[in-house]
Amino acid sequence: MTATLKDTTAIVGIGQTPFARQLDPPEKTLACQAILAALDDAGIAPSEVDAFASYTMEETDEVEVAKAVGAGDVTFFSRIGYGGGGSCATVAHLAAAITTGQATVGVAWRSRKRGSGPRPWRDTRAQLPTPAQWTRPYGLLRPVDEIAMLARRYMHEYGATRDHFFNVALACRNRAAQNPAAIMHGRPLTREAYMSARWISEPLCLFDNCLETDGALACVVVAAERARDLRQRPVYVHSAAQGLPSQHHGMVNYWTDDPLAGPSWTAARQLWKAADFGPSDVHVAQIYDAFTTLIPLSLEGYGFCGRGEGAAFTEDGALELGGRLPLNTGGGGLSEAYVHGFNLINEGVRQLRGTSTAQVPGAATCLVTAGEGVPTSALLLRS
Amino acid sequence: MSPMMRGTTDNGLLLPVPDADGEPFWTYAARGELRIQSCADCGGLRFPPRPCCPRCQSFATEWRLMSGRGHIWSYVRPHPPLLPGYAEQAPYNVVLVQLADAPGIRLVGNPVSAPDAALDSVDPALLRVGAPVRAVFAEIAPGVTVPRWLLERP
Ligand SMILES: [Zn+2]
Repeated sequence: MTATLKDTTAIVGIGQTPFARQLDPPEKTLACQAILAALDDAGIAPSEVDAFASYTMEETDEVEVAKAVGAGDVTFFSRIGYGGGGSCATVAHLAAAITTGQATVGVAWRSRKRGSGPRPWRDTRAQLPTPAQWTRPYGLLRPVDEIAMLARRYMHEYGATRDHFFNVALACRNRAAQNPAAIMHGRPLTREAYMSARWISEPLCLFDNCLETDGALACVVVAAERARDLRQRPVYVHSAAQGLPSQHHGMVNYWTDDPLAGPSWTAARQLWKAADFGPSDVHVAQIYDAFTTLIPLSLEGYGFCGRGEGAAFTEDGALELGGRLPLNTGGGGLSEAYVHGFNLINEGVRQLRGTSTAQVPGAATCLVTAGEGVPTSALLLRS
Repeated sequence: MSPMMRGTTDNGLLLPVPDADGEPFWTYAARGELRIQSCADCGGLRFPPRPCCPRCQSFATEWRLMSGRGHIWSYVRPHPPLLPGYAEQAPYNVVLVQLADAPGIRLVGNPVSAPDAALDSVDPALLRVGAPVRAVFAEIAPGVTVPRWLLERP
């Protein structure tokens, strides 16, 4: 009998700061606020925390955070690379550590000031490692330029249109309308506004891009046994996976045989292999949406439809509440906040607790994904 | 200070910062040659360049001369906000060219009306997926040459 992560751990606490274009407190303060809120939500004392996980891009390290919040002796800590691709793996690493007895109470977090902070691609002095020497001199400077290249090819190959990307942006904006914590709460989106918006990188416009946000989030992971005695309804980590496909290159994955089949395909194979259910049993999905284009690509990768069918999948309100696959019910990176996807984890937990502002009735299973287009990760959560 | 040290051209465009594996590409480009790294044992082409062959794990490499012909696999048109040197020419055109000699290999580049023309010198209405292009070379700073692309039938 091999060890398995299936339902052996649960997320028992979630916390977050407000989200805004600009917040005054430094990232470390925001991180501590989110972590303490998550521990309070769980009803667990900070001194019980003995594991931490975050992103390599996180600038508040575990030494500082553990000291500030009053953690106990820490016996496991982990950092996940590749920006937004790391979100779900933070929880997965904690789940693995707890399941294998390396720790008992784990905290994952992300604190970020990208709304008010600098954008790295605006700095001409930044060192340009591979593969930047093959892209940046030609003016492919920002993540949106890199993804727009895939978007144009996807439109050409499969007949995807801007209306399909609009369907994604609209579903996220409609859910933000229901979420008072969302940056775009109270700011409805119309098709006309989308179609006449300024270009950022053709074929992608302003509304195809996520929000630059200041804010922090955290969640608490413990063993399933411990979870049953805590104050919140446990949300079990049913399956988890990371994905770094053979010959993958990161954001500019232009040199593989099949650039439109990204890391989600690799993560999905492992995710479903270790699960008791399949895509058609997923009640609600939180899919990483730094750009609208990532949604149809991910819908295909995670097996909600066939290759090339992701754009058509978005039609007829499929991603709206009551649709085939309600998506990003807090508003996602496109309309709630862009905090490297951590808000998608916390929203998945709220759905399975039954406390989302856009609750899917009876939701018992949720897919959460991390950044597609970079080495990625994903979680299947269940109540 | 050399342009490579400075990091940009006189008009603010970024210069390639080669790594050890990529250096030969730029050295050949400065001679007006488009060459792609290949395995000296199994002959497989690979890009971006790297120390060893993913097929046979050989560290023996050679750089194979390409015809410079290809077609547009995809293209984008960035608009500001951008770095100042690029914002001045924006919106401009960036293409991903699939090489005729090596279909698995695609190079990011700029379609231009002449080797030294601006990044926005081609009417974007002329760009389409599948359009044939051929490589030309532009010295964008002293000693720094990049491949650019001319439409075959503009
Ligand atoms: Zn070889």
